Amino acid sequence: MTGRDILRFSFDALGGYRLRTSLMLLAMAIGVAAVVILTALGEGARRYVSNEFTSLGTHLLIVLPGRSETAGGGLNVLVGSTVRDLTLDDALAITRHSAVRRIAPLVVGSATVSIGHREREIAVLGSSAALQPLRQWTLQNGRFLPDGELDQARPVAVLGGKAARELFPSASPIGQWLRIGDRRFHVIGVLAAEGRSMGMDAEDVVIIPVAAAQALFNSNTLFRIMVEVNTREQMPAVDQFILKTISERHQGERDITVITQDAVLATFDRIFTALTLTLAGIAAISLAVAGVLIMNVMLISVTHRTAEIGLLKAIGASSRQVMILFITEATLLSAFGATLGLITGWLGSALIRALYPQLPASAPWWAIIASVLIALASGIIFGLMPARRAARLDPVLALSRR
Amino acid sequence: MIRLTNVERIFQVGEQPVHALDHINLTVNAGEYLSIMGPSGSGKSTLLNILGMLDRPNSGHYRLLGRDTTELNDAEQAALRRNTIGFVFQSFHLVPRLTAAQNIELPLVLAGIDIEERTARVAAILKSTDLSTRSHHRPDQLSGGQRQRVAIARATIMHPALLLTDEPTGNLDRSSGNEIIAILEQLNSQGITLIIVTHDQEIGQRAQRQLRMVDGRIVADQARSPRP
Repeated sequence: MTGRDILRFSFDALGGYRLRTSLMLLAMAIGVAAVVILTALGEGARRYVSNEFTSLGTHLLIVLPGRSETAGGGLNVLVGSTVRDLTLDDALAITRHSAVRRIAPLVVGSATVSIGHREREIAVLGSSAALQPLRQWTLQNGRFLPDGELDQARPVAVLGGKAARELFPSASPIGQWLRIGDRRFHVIGVLAAEGRSMGMDAEDVVIIPVAAAQALFNSNTLFRIMVEVNTREQMPAVDQFILKTISERHQGERDITVITQDAVLATFDRIFTALTLTLAGIAAISLAVAGVLIMNVMLISVTHRTAEIGLLKAIGASSRQVMILFITEATLLSAFGATLGLITGWLGSALIRALYPQLPASAPWWAIIASVLIALASGIIFGLMPARRAARLDPVLALSRR
Repeated sequence: MIRLTNVERIFQVGEQPVHALDHINLTVNAGEYLSIMGPSGSGKSTLLNILGMLDRPNSGHYRLLGRDTTELNDAEQAALRRNTIGFVFQSFHLVPRLTAAQNIELPLVLAGIDIEERTARVAAILKSTDLSTRSHHRPDQLSGGQRQRVAIARATIMHPALLLTDEPTGNLDRSSGNEIIAILEQLNSQGITLIIVTHDQEIGQRAQRQLRMVDGRIVADQARSPRP
């Protein structure tokens, strides 16, 4: 029996039992489509986060006060070791390294902003001119904070888009005065719509010079220092330099933490890869279920077609030929099911991308290959048992029924 | 052609072993026309299955065309069955999803014969059995007599030396039955060895050699009695 004849016979057999065939195809297709769509979602989430990080700017180091290591925080509290504040002088000390392109100190707080009778609680960000290129923000109107010494508390403010619309609903805010807490500020710019980036809302915010913010909140502490390094290769050197410089300034205490963007990104990457694998695993269970279903239906098929199997043997089919025929049937089923599933999964991922453009949902290649292989393998493995049963069928018994 | 020596087939029915075939000795020569008659349960179908290698004897030897079939493995038996034996069953046993032509073609497909020769041979046999117009009909679109003609065409397409038929007219009305018997006898006259298992006296008595079985034994083996 030639390969073509085997295929044609199996096709005929599948076509002869439409309902059964389409149900099995459906089961297999759902399994494969589940793998494709779920891994596409996981992968989409991973790439979404990764894109968010890139929008934060490249070659970025973030310096924060306090040593955050796995056991550090709790222990420091217990032994009563104090965390020294991160100050503007610390920030200036960092700029001495030649590989540092720019730094932006950050002070974050919340204050009451008022214009005449209108009054509103709003997030206040104290920083420097360098923050704009660092965050890759663009301005809708006016200009950003001016360059100058960090300790100059100029009374100027830049508004986020939403803050500008709500505080100045009718007139242009540029050139207007507003009151933050007990101080007056001159509005010099409005940010273009950026939406959210990394949990920081650049829409509903007021940005003022860092020294002004420190005066406003009456503190010398910096919340963060963002450091942009010239090239990626220089990042470890700058990292070491910062740790060394700040600990010298803090009486030898290493009481800061430097986060590199890569480290954070790598952590998120690991989390999301694990998530994707988990989703793939859950979906693979549905594939295995499809395999069991194929076995079940093939067993019914063998029982149903005993007369046919007996006849095949009577007209000269060997046990091996009968087995090959049934395995071919199971394999064809899983192959077609897998193809259908791939198409469905691809369409599903495309639909997700169309509905949520921020989420670049597309299944990773390993998931596609694995799902097809698992589908084929489960079809063949679960087809084996029914095929053996068919091959071993006693032709006398098979033919005498009816 | 066929030589059975001391063939025994025992079925276990509950705790009681039943001798379906009890030390059968039988020789059939090429070209013979043989009928096997007997009440149901006499072992005539079991004998036919042994002859067709669908069943193996518990003891004894079966030589077909000089080869001891009891020593062949599954694949060798399948090949021998494919090339030398044709089966015709009471209930036709056509594959319901295949057309008449495809059913007839099946043994050629299993034998791995190429498609051109297959088509030619199927067309020829359809013509000679007067089924050309029915070639694309499925079994459920055919009458009983037509179905059995398709089954005979399928059984003979490999040019077997031996044709085994089990109640070939059992599911047919009298006129279709007579038609089928006529086709089988014509095949026999062309040289095929024909064995018919039946409980129908009238059909059985047409054979040149008539066996009668009771309780797994051949109780009579006689030539056709002259027509009254």
